[in-house]
Amino acid sequence: MSAQSTAAIPSADVWRPSQTRRRWSGWLFYGLAVVSTLMGLVMLGALLFDIVTDGAGQVDWHFLTNYPSRIADNAGLRSALLGSLWMLAFTAIIAFPLGVGAAIYLEEYAPDNWLTRFIQLNIANLAGVPSIVYGLLGLGLFVRWLALGRVVLAGSMTMALLILPLIIVASREAIRAVPDSLREGSYALGATRWQMVRQTVLPSAAGGILTGTILALARAIGETAPLITIGALTYVAFDPNGPLDIFTVLPIQIFNWVSLPQKEFHSLAAGGIVVLLVVLLTANSLAVYLRYRMQRRLQ
Amino acid sequence: MINLRIDAQTTDAVATPSQNGQTDAILMTRSLNFWYGSAYVLEDVNCDVRPREVTAIIGPSGCGKSTFLRCFNRMNELIPTARLEGSVVFRNRDIYDRSVDPVEVRRQVGMVFQKPNPFPKSIYDNVAYGPRVNGYKGDMDEVVETSLKRAALWDEVKDDLKKSGLALSGGQQQRLCIARALAVQPDVLLMDEPCSALDPIATTRIEDLIRELREQLTIIIVTHNMQQAARISDRTAFFTVAESGAGVLVEFNDTQKLFTTPTDPRTEAYITGRFG
Repeated sequence: MSAQSTAAIPSADVWRPSQTRRRWSGWLFYGLAVVSTLMGLVMLGALLFDIVTDGAGQVDWHFLTNYPSRIADNAGLRSALLGSLWMLAFTAIIAFPLGVGAAIYLEEYAPDNWLTRFIQLNIANLAGVPSIVYGLLGLGLFVRWLALGRVVLAGSMTMALLILPLIIVASREAIRAVPDSLREGSYALGATRWQMVRQTVLPSAAGGILTGTILALARAIGETAPLITIGALTYVAFDPNGPLDIFTVLPIQIFNWVSLPQKEFHSLAAGGIVVLLVVLLTANSLAVYLRYRMQRRLQ
Repeated sequence: MINLRIDAQTTDAVATPSQNGQTDAILMTRSLNFWYGSAYVLEDVNCDVRPREVTAIIGPSGCGKSTFLRCFNRMNELIPTARLEGSVVFRNRDIYDRSVDPVEVRRQVGMVFQKPNPFPKSIYDNVAYGPRVNGYKGDMDEVVETSLKRAALWDEVKDDLKKSGLALSGGQQQRLCIARALAVQPDVLLMDEPCSALDPIATTRIEDLIRELREQLTIIIVTHNMQQAARISDRTAFFTVAESGAGVLVEFNDTQKLFTTPTDPRTEAYITGRFG
């Protein structure tokens, strides 16, 4: 007590520098961080190696252009690949404008009150809802109630619901990252709110919005459960040619092959996974490229 | 969103002559009171700004200088809890009248901010932004060139107008922001501590520019730097914090007079460096 109240300079022995220990704890944390990073990379590497050794041999033109067959040598994933692409296209068409629109509303227009916060909280919660629940919703709403049947469009609408929260959250983050000084600068020149959003906020946020959307679509292309729930078929021996055709997708085809007892079909499944991975990685690379281009244009 | 309440009775102030018996003011505030939520920011400010002059606003931190400046182009109402009473008259019209669109006000009363805030676009697009949003249909190249020349930036950037505005130095960015504001041909230019983020050389260039621009338009500048106010302004307004916690206009006079023979002891204390 008295030692504290006298404002004397503390003697040197209260300092215990222990340089060695501090340096070691620094190195230890560095090591842990590196190991954590490697963990993910090693897992991904092992997975890719395993799949590619099993499946790369299967992937050829024949595999891509043939319909599934009960004879393994003739089997391909043409219908599943086309189904996935059709579904992806319509999912993007539905989810992108809705998601970005909602994000713009929430960030730029909505008043800051309890209702807005309630909506925002629930959108974040929706991102965590299991995908099978979206499948059940899609089945009830689109397949039965709208009587669309088990078609591409019903699948796309279900997937759009599934990834909408992801797109909204990513777009909101991107929009929020635009500094207010740019908004003020725009208003000060006599821009209306929409002009400000359209010409200042959206161009600055576009990279983040596109990246978020593409990553969300990448999730959609890998989802299986909701599509099984809405009744996408497991065996389709014709091309889906539009939104109102019945369809299957790559993950379902892969699942179907894995569930068969014959070894040959397991190799086909590995081949299917390689194709799915290629589609996914292409989408992700596209996201990286778009982000890079947006950033370069802005600097 | 917009919580600005306009006091109906104060619109008579439109016809009220200014202190010296003339109605030559381009901008006038009458009984201007301002709140952010429950915080009282400006108390009963009456101030006449003459055209083609530089009016400096000085005062200690937190006295509402910037808030006052932003009343002139209705920028404060972007803050949801802002509330204003009284009137701000621009060219004999209360800009807080229900019939007035803030977008139109902001085209005529431009603004330059404390920190340079060029858009992440090319130099050309930065300057063309204002004319574009305001539906300008004339020769855009000409507007861009004229504006950059008026902001004394043309010679430095004329060869790479396609370059990003963010690639310029801080002082150049601020002159780009001035060019951008001039491109919509405002009558008034509000400047909120435009040099506070700049080095002395860049500051000198902006000050030179302000002196040149005075010939063409009305400038109101908030500054923390009293020497700057003395160097560039024709008239100076001194604000301080009153006992109510709100900012008040203490003294408003010719810059020369305000700095040499201040009438209010608070002004004298501030300019001689005894507080603030």
